[in-house]
Amino acid sequence: MISNLIAGISLGSIYAIIALGYTMVYGIAKMLNFAHGDVIMVGGYMCFCATFYLGLPPLAGVLLAVVVCTLLGVTIERLAYKPLRSAPALAVLITAIGMSYFLQNAALLLWTANPKTFTSIVGYGSIQMGDVHITHVAMVTIAVCVVIMVALTLFTNKTKMGTAMRAVSEDKGAAQLMGISVNRTISLTFAIGSGLAAIAGVLLCSAYPMLVPTTGSMPGIKAFTAAVFGGIGSIPGAMLGGILLGVIEIFSKAYISQELSDAIVFAVLIIVLLVKPAGLLGKQVSEKV
Amino acid sequence: MDMIKHLMETRRDSVIAFGIVIVGYVVMQALMATGNLSYTISGLMVPICAYIVMAVSLNLTVGILGELSLGHAGFMSVGAFTGIVVTTVLAGSVELPMLRLAIAMVAAALAAAVVGVIVGVPVLRLKGDYLAIVTLAFGEIIKNIVNVLYIGLDSRGLHFGLVTPRFTLEEGGKMIINGPIGVSGIDKISTFTAGFVLILITLFIILNLINSRQGRAIMAVRDNKIAADSIGISTTRYKLMAFVISAAFAGMAGTLYAMNYSTVTAAKFDFNLSILVLVFVVLGGLGNIWGSVIAAILLTALPELLRALNFNDYRMLVYAVLLIALMLFNNSNFKQRLLERRAMKQAEKEPKEVA
Repeated sequence: MISNLIAGISLGSIYAIIALGYTMVYGIAKMLNFAHGDVIMVGGYMCFCATFYLGLPPLAGVLLAVVVCTLLGVTIERLAYKPLRSAPALAVLITAIGMSYFLQNAALLLWTANPKTFTSIVGYGSIQMGDVHITHVAMVTIAVCVVIMVALTLFTNKTKMGTAMRAVSEDKGAAQLMGISVNRTISLTFAIGSGLAAIAGVLLCSAYPMLVPTTGSMPGIKAFTAAVFGGIGSIPGAMLGGILLGVIEIFSKAYISQELSDAIVFAVLIIVLLVKPAGLLGKQVSEKV
Repeated sequence: MDMIKHLMETRRDSVIAFGIVIVGYVVMQALMATGNLSYTISGLMVPICAYIVMAVSLNLTVGILGELSLGHAGFMSVGAFTGIVVTTVLAGSVELPMLRLAIAMVAAALAAAVVGVIVGVPVLRLKGDYLAIVTLAFGEIIKNIVNVLYIGLDSRGLHFGLVTPRFTLEEGGKMIINGPIGVSGIDKISTFTAGFVLILITLFIILNLINSRQGRAIMAVRDNKIAADSIGISTTRYKLMAFVISAAFAGMAGTLYAMNYSTVTAAKFDFNLSILVLVFVVLGGLGNIWGSVIAAILLTALPELLRALNFNDYRMLVYAVLLIALMLFNNSNFKQRLLERRAMKQAEKEPKEVA
């Protein structure tokens, strides 16, 4: 029971970190960044290459993954999304999907479809406390998630750039009038989101050591669901949604059905949205007539 | 009488467009008969027909009703597996393959419509991105459930099982749907002609719906829900109507698609397929039915064309780049200027014609 709970929180922490990227980008640019899941995959491959081919220590691999993904996120935003700032939402969505195809197929060319076996960055050890069995990966994942949550909360609430970010997501026009560079703030958001995606990619591959070009898509979809679950655009919502989703997934796998776990996760999402149409912590905006 | 009168009113360009579709069919059929088409292209004909029906039906939801749906493949899946079960059951009693396919499609449309109602009632209460994510969730749930569905047939009738096949078949019985392994040994009765007929029916019904009172009501709901409400249009009813009709056609497309392959698995009808069809709709133009048809043909043929041009390794990469470039161009200042220049030239011409 407790082992499952910890496994759930650990998986949920990964979802939460990915969901943060979705929710921050949505909050600020009002777009669903479908390529986000594939940035996770790139992060995983980067870390793999650094440790496997270049023989770098794991921490350097993580650092490389974060740097590459941050640059990648900013580049994607500049090239593909920025020209569409005033375009209809669906046009941006399709561009994001095109980006996702691009990243997956580029990865397919670079690293082929053969799965790469990722070596966990913290090894495969585990500790036993009575009946409770916790892997090192789970402990590190949860710890990293807590650090990220605290850091991000401090960043958005206490720093000038964080305040700018909140201002832009509240009202772009007004923020611009107050002297905030909207473009720079959006770039910064993509940078943070993609950097977090890289960390999530490394953690994900440490827990599930199979790396293929489509590794990022399912966790991406689930994390996106988690972001909506918690109320898209809300940072605490993404964390809560991610962790709840992970726990529900592991519990339904353990106690209900291995095969139907995805269906159960999505069914819970639907029920939550029907009761609270803006997600758990989302703001209910009433319509102006 | 009203129906006939309405038909007469169908716009002339619509008649021309139907003509082009028919000519296209005749040309392709002639090319196939004379063996002028490569194996890959003729193998693509039925899937292209299915994609056209998918794109046109999704356009009804996304373009005409104005609600983003990310789970259209779910309805296709329901239709596909219903069609497979129906054709297998009828294999002994209905000899004519075309008739069997037609009955299967009707059954598939009904099944998909029922699922459409079940999904639509809760989904259509939500708005915008939340609605989109719930359709995505439903698509995944359908995929997940079909993936663990077992259906067998023997002399006692149909047997169902979820997660595990909880039934044992009699001697001579047949497993139709075998969980994650899917269906194998399908009687491939889909033909290009069947696909073509389905396209004609779909276009005819959906175009007529759009130009009818109901269609205008649906568009009114899209343009301004509150205004539509205030003049007595039942928004829920029309939303559901568009959604269910869209689902029914996706179901028929599913049958057509599935009966073209000897093996089909639930995993085939995933999120990526929904997205693929959505790309057709958006690139063809929201609400533009003929645009969906053209986009579905071009974008399905494009990767094959790239294969023929020896882009084999890079074809999907090129596809992705073209997709992004097209979206960027579509929303660029450059296109805006081109359009303005054309409008100006036309404006210059017109006075002369009058004189």
